[in-house]
Formats: sequence, C-alpha cells, structure tokens
Amino acid sequence: MAMLKKSAIWIAFAVTLVGMPQIFDSILAISILNQMAIAIVFALSYNMLLGQGGMLSFGHAVYFGLGGFLSVHALILIEFETMVFSILWIPLIGGLFGLLAGLFIGSFSTRKAGTVFAMISLGIGELIAASSLIFSSFFGGEAGISGDRTFGPTFFGVDFTQNIDIYYVATFWVFLATLFMYLFTQTPAGRMANAVRDNPERAEFIGYSARKVRFISFCASGLFAGVAGGLFALNYEFITEENLNAATSGRVLLMAYIGGLGYFIGPIIGAVILTLMNSLLSNYSELWMLYLGIMFLLTVMFLPRGFAGFIMMHQVAWVRGTLTLLIKPYIITGVPAILFSLTAILLIEMSHTEDEIFHFLGMALNTSSSVTWVVALILSGGTFFATRKSLGQLNEAWESANAISKDEQT
Amino acid sequence: MLEVFIFATLNGLVTGLLLFMLASGLTLIFSMMGVLNFAHASFYMLGAYVAYSISLYFGFWTGLIVAPLIVGLLGALIERYGLRRVHQSGHVAELVFTFGLAFLIEEAVQFFWGRDTKNYQTPDLLDFPLFTLFGQEFSAYRGFMMTISIGIFIALYYVLTKSRVGIIIQAAITHPQTVANLGHNVPLIFMGVFGVGTALAGLAGVIAGPVLTTFPGMATVLGSIVFVIVVIGGLGSLAGAFIASLMIGLLQSYAIASDVGMPDLLNLLGISFARDHPLNDLWTINLPQIAPVLPFLLLVLVLIFRPTGLLGKREE
Amino acid sequence: MTILSLKNVQKNFGETQIIRGVSLDIIEGEKHAIIGPNGAGKSTLFHLISGRYQLTSGNIRFKQDQIENLPPYEIARMGLARSFQVTNIFPRMNVFENVRCALLWSKGYRYSFWHLLGRQRELNDEAMHVLEQIGLKDKALFPSGELGYAQQRALELGIAIASGAQLIMLDEPVAGMSHSEAESSVQLIRKITEGKTLIMVEHDMNIVFDVADRISVLVYGEIIATDKPENIRANPKVQEAYLGEVPSA
Repeated sequence: MAMLKKSAIWIAFAVTLVGMPQIFDSILAISILNQMAIAIVFALSYNMLLGQGGMLSFGHAVYFGLGGFLSVHALILIEFETMVFSILWIPLIGGLFGLLAGLFIGSFSTRKAGTVFAMISLGIGELIAASSLIFSSFFGGEAGISGDRTFGPTFFGVDFTQNIDIYYVATFWVFLATLFMYLFTQTPAGRMANAVRDNPERAEFIGYSARKVRFISFCASGLFAGVAGGLFALNYEFITEENLNAATSGRVLLMAYIGGLGYFIGPIIGAVILTLMNSLLSNYSELWMLYLGIMFLLTVMFLPRGFAGFIMMHQVAWVRGTLTLLIKPYIITGVPAILFSLTAILLIEMSHTEDEIFHFLGMALNTSSSVTWVVALILSGGTFFATRKSLGQLNEAWESANAISKDEQT
Repeated sequence: MLEVFIFATLNGLVTGLLLFMLASGLTLIFSMMGVLNFAHASFYMLGAYVAYSISLYFGFWTGLIVAPLIVGLLGALIERYGLRRVHQSGHVAELVFTFGLAFLIEEAVQFFWGRDTKNYQTPDLLDFPLFTLFGQEFSAYRGFMMTISIGIFIALYYVLTKSRVGIIIQAAITHPQTVANLGHNVPLIFMGVFGVGTALAGLAGVIAGPVLTTFPGMATVLGSIVFVIVVIGGLGSLAGAFIASLMIGLLQSYAIASDVGMPDLLNLLGISFARDHPLNDLWTINLPQIAPVLPFLLLVLVLIFRPTGLLGKREE
Repeated sequence: MTILSLKNVQKNFGETQIIRGVSLDIIEGEKHAIIGPNGAGKSTLFHLISGRYQLTSGNIRFKQDQIENLPPYEIARMGLARSFQVTNIFPRMNVFENVRCALLWSKGYRYSFWHLLGRQRELNDEAMHVLEQIGLKDKALFPSGELGYAQQRALELGIAIASGAQLIMLDEPVAGMSHSEAESSVQLIRKITEGKTLIMVEHDMNIVFDVADRISVLVYGEIIATDKPENIRANPKVQEAYLGEVPSA
C-alpha cells in the first residue's frame, strides 16, 4: 500500500514534468521551465548538505560551476569531434566532475561541521572564483566560455536546436537526479547523515565516523550539483565565473532555505518560487531583489522551516479534521496582510520611480500629488495595524485546531 | 626598491588597521553571541553612505561623528528585533539571518542611493601631503586613517581590560550563564555589543569611503576578507584579529607592489615552457595577479592545519 | 575471563590530575558498579574507556585488543556500547530511526548507499524488537526530541543496547527519575543486560547494591576498593570516604 502510494507520487512527478510544456508552451515559459529544472537539481543537492547533513556551505556554486565548465568544454570537444557522443550525456560529465571536486575538497573540509565548515566552504568558494579569473585558458576570464549543443550525434532525430528539446533532456535528468537523491535519504549512509547532523558525538558511539558520513554526503552533493551545472551548460551553451562565485552560492542557499530545509520537497518549492520571482518579477520591477531580500529575512525570522515547514505545520490539524477551523481566521489575517504588502510595495515603487504617473494594479497614480502619498501611507498603516490586531484570533484558532491532539497524546 | 617597500608597508598598515576596525567589532560580536555576523561589512558600507549623505549638508566632520552613531543604533535595533528572535532556532539560522541581512542591505543601499559610485571626498582640511618620500606623497588623510584606527585599538583595549563594562563583557564571553546569574542583563549587553560593533564598522566605512570609493559593491569587496581575518586570528581573539589584520593588509600590499612571479621563479630554476603550453596561465602567473586570492588560500590552510586560528582557544 | 582490563590509566586536564592510575579488571558476564563521591572522576573514566577522551598514560584492553586512544567509533564496533549521563539522542529523528541507526553498523550495513532501509526486513524487525524491550513500541514514529524525560532515558538505553554489544556501560541510567520510574528502569536494565557484561555508574545505593555483582569505589581518581557488595559495605575505607553515607539496608 505504502509502496503503491510512493510510486503514485513519482509517477505524478514524472507526468507533471513532462506535461508542463503542454500547458505553458510560450518561449518564455519554456525558458523558465528550463531554469526551474536546473534550480531544482541544484537546490536539492544543496539540501543534501545543509538540510540532511547539517553542513552550512557558502561555496556550493563551486561544484555547480566546475561541472558546468567541464560540460561546456565537453561540448567544445564534441563540436571539434575530439569526442563523439550525444550531448544527452553532458550532465553526467558535469556530475562526474562535481563528484571529483567533492572528493578532493571534502577530504579535508568535512572534518568539522558548524562554523568551521562554513568558513572553509566560503574560503574555497572565494579561492576558486578568484582563481578562475586568473586561469583564463580554461575558464575564459570574465567573458567565460561558450559551446554549441547542436553538434554530435542526434538522439532519434532530435538535434537539440530548440529549448523545448533541452527541456525534455533536463526532465530526464531532473527526474533521475531527484529520484536518486530521494533514495539516498533512505539508505544507511543517508540516514546516518541525519544522525550526524543531529548529534555527531553520539553517532561516533554507535560505530560511525562522523567525518566519513559527512564526506559521503558531501561527495554525493557535489555530484548532483555538477549534474545541475551540466544542465546549465546545455541550456545556455555558455558559462562564466559568475556561475561559481559567492552570489550563486548565496542564491542556492536562499532557495533551499525559503523552500524549507528539513523536508525533501522543500528545495523544490524554493527553486520554483525563486525562479518564478527571478523571471517574472524582474519584468515588473527592478527592485525585485530587494523584495527577495525582505522575503528571505521574514522567512528566516517567522518560518524557520520554510514554506514546506509551513505546509507541514498543518498536518496535525489535517489528520484531526480541524483544518476547516482555520479557514476563517486565515482569511481575517490574510486579507489585511496582503493589502499591507501591496501598499508597502506601492510605497517603495512610488518612491523609486521617476515617472509622474505610476501604474499599479490597473490604477494610474499621480506620484507628484501628495494626496496619493497620504492615502497610500494611511492605507499601509491601517492594514499593518489590522494585521497585527488579527494575529490574536489566528493564534487562538490555531491553538484550538491543534488542542485535541494533545489530549490524544497522553 | 626601498621606496616601493616603504610605501607598500605604509599602505599595508593603513589597510590592515582599517581591516582591524571591522575585525574588532566582528570579533566582539562573535565572542559574545557565538555568531559570525555575515553582514558586518554591510554596516561598514552603510557607514560610508550615511556619512556621505550627511557630508553633503553638514560636512565631513559631522558625518564622522553622526554616521557611526546612526549605524550603531540601526545595528542595535536589528539585534533586538531580528537576531534575538532567530537566536532560538540555533547558530545556523543566525548565520543565515546575517547572510540575508547582508543581501538586503546591499539592495537597500541601491534603493536609497542608486547603483552609481558616490563622490564622497576627503575633507579639504586633510587634503595635503603629510610627507614626501622619494618623490612620492603620503597623504595626510591616510595618516588620519591610521591615527583613528590606532586610537580605536587603544580605546577598545582600555575599555575591555580596565573598565567595569569591559570586565563584564569579558566574563560574558566565557561564562554567559554565570554573568546572567550575577544579575547582569545579558540580552542588553548583547544588544550593546552588537550596536558598538556595528558602529565601529560604520566608523571604518566613514573614513574608508573617500579613499576606497563609495559604491554598492564595497561591502562585498571587504566582507569575506574580514571573515578571513577573524578566522585566521582565531575566532574570538582580539589580539589575534589585530595581528591577522596587519598580516593580511601587508601581505596584499606587498603582493600588489611586488613585481615577481612564476616567470622569475622558472628563470631562476632554468626551466622554460612554450607559450602554447596547456598550463601557460600557471607559468606566467605573477604575485600582483594572485594578491586577491592569497587571503583565502591562507584561510583554507589555517582551517585545515590549525582550526583554532593563530590565537584562538575554542573551535566552535 | 577478563573482558575489560585497565592498567594504570591516568588522565590529566592541564595540570590537574583527574584519574591517577586506575587499574581494574572486569570479568565477562558480571554486573559491575562504579561508585564514588561527586567529582571522583567516574564519568571521566567512562569517557576514557569509550574513546571520548585520550589517555595521558596507561593501557586499556578490551577482549584481546588494546583500545586506548582509539576513536569512539572503532571501540563501538568491537562491541562496547555506552549510554550518557545527559540524554544524548538524535532529537530530530523519530524513536524508531534512533534505534535503527544504532543497529546499522552491527548488522553490517557500514556506509552503504545501495541498501534501502525500508526493505531490510530483519533490521526493521530487530529495531521494533528493541523498542518493545524498552517499552517505546507505541511511540515508534514519535519525534524523539519531544519525548518525556523518562522515555528519553529509555531511548538512551535502547540506543546503547541495540547493537547487541557484549559490554554495556551505563552512566547514571536512573538519575533524575522518580522512585517508581527508577524501579521500572532497573527492571529494564536487568532484562536487557541479561547474559552481558555491565558497567554502571550510579549514585542510588539501593540500586547499586541491588544490581551489582561487584562494586568499585572511585575516590579522587583512584580506586580504593573493588569487591562484592557485602564486603564493600563493611569496608572501613569506603565508609570513611562516604562519611557514613553507605546505607545500612
């Protein structure tokens, strides 16, 4: 039964992956889907480190980037017919190189978790990013290197000229990588990674070297980050220093954290949300990074287990059938909260814009008129106050929806 | 040769002392709260921008006094309403919070001040050469930077070792529980230390802004270097941070000023490679080129071979 | 047959001598208690045997092998398991996972990333069996970090005994428990250490004299006596060290 349920989830996942471009078939949509595919594998690989293994890395882009660089080099080799194989296998090359880098760097960096590990990862990240600018024959300096994915043998007549072709290649690898990363969590090595994350000392007293357990997770994580890098190379056909520097490392941390570290599905949610924000929001506002930063800090402060954690919080109420008790309180808090966010965004955008007439949600607002400002300020103040006021009733409802479970426990 | 050496040393000292102003605050905060403040250099950047804005209306000297106060106040507020809340979720969450803060401050700076470089100038009062050596000028402003930094070092040392507050702080570093049991308000001390630490960073920004240029990337440029320093010096050790600051400042300065590289070494060994050798980048590398890499190389080596740093006592 | 043998074991922290030359032979199958006033070095001795601390000098032999200064995981693999005075579990994993992890090495899974845990019938049955023994079967899927104190102590025991180690070391297994909780804990300890060697640090003298075959008294880093319970009770040196704290029961 459980087996059947699990298979059903994976089949649903595969169907969703394959079905997406049928629903969203514009060029923009395909390009976003490709970015999501890359981000999902990358964020999941990051979660193997931080969420599953308790290793906070500030240099995870190294494995992504190195995998990507090797993949572009492989594309070049295919182009000049030094090697002959279908570009379908490029992500595997990225993965192998990510694994190699993981084997080497992990051999000395996994001795400790915590702050020491975080600092080593930061140092190595900066070191490799800076070195990549020096060794320009391999990394191509600031311009990076580029390849062409249309060479090499075709795959059943597909020559990979279209982004949609790459999407299906990516789908194949995303499915495979996700499946293997999930299965890893179900193995002794994967489960001991959790144990070492929770309590490295006790793990040693049940026969496991914490360092070796971390090392295995680290290498596996490098492998999958490299696969993501290979997908990046296939999609964009170029790669630069930016793809292995601290900014990229930071972005993957953001994705995994916002999605929710403790849950396997968390990073997938984070990857989808951030890619959407990146591609869609950036069209509407040049301040989207500011919003992203605010959203991230709010997540760390109020939803320490991310979006996935927020959803999972409702499990108890769901099982008890008390979820309906929460609908009304959520609306009461949600409406002013959303209104507040909108007015806050409006204020930020109005103070940023240089246009006299600012278009917002179909309204044309005169930014030079003080009336607009006063109204917006009053609205945002009022909705903020209303949101705060409404938190009390939400808390009460939450308590009562979850209270029954406590009686049952004892 | 000598003149190059002397100027490299002076510049290295200026940079090193400046780095120490950042590193000292970071060390204090780490010692007290056990959290590495990733956003520390962002407060440095804020200091420069706030001082720039103030200097437009009230001149440099007002900015020098007021900007660090504003930055410190902001830091204290962030500790009170942000960090303290995250504290319950553990060290990783705190580190991630300060990481997000760094991200947000950089975006906020661009929002308020724009993306372009600001024309933040040294004050006219200090716009003269302090001395001229071998035909090269050493500006009075650099001398001023050194004076301020050394002054801060002395003041900090004095406060920490001699004053009552300093003794409580030192005790709270090693025995926070005991200090709390003695009736001291540890959260308040934390907030104060965070405020003072960020104010120091802000002050560093105020005096560095005119020289190192005030632009939205200035936090990123220095951010990781300051981390390198506190880790190399030994997490939580002020003396270690001081030594490491000067070391890194001088190391970078010498590396940039030097004119040696792989070709010289190869010449010395009598080896030569063809220009199309696959490792040509490696054979033609020189010290100024790898100057930015050196601190990180040092960081990784220290962490591998001496995880406690030069003078650090504890590992976590 | 001696299963564990300590020869002149010493441990200094800086200048301070904590263990000043302990020699002790533990006989296979016996239940051995180590008692002594606070600060005598009982926990330190446990840490030295189990590999958490390095010895300053001396040797420790477990079965045939020298084990001093080996890392804890190698000692654990040889069949020496221990519990901790302060509960030391995997708080974010559920109760079942805690015990299953403790079983993995002894069942030969090592660092495998090619076995799926869900399919290891024997392993899972064994883990459930351990849960049954420690009375936590109905809490199998409960997050271990949210268990009550007595139940966490039971889990602590479960993790220690799961691997089927021949030598089990328990550091104050009933500390902080109510009288009735302690009583059932003692029953549990008896049950799960049947046929095995047990070394136990405990403050509750009733339990010590109830459970132990032999008792060693550790005072200021030295063992002043090792003997049968009745002889220990009569020993004037021990009485002096405890200032009449030895119960007359």
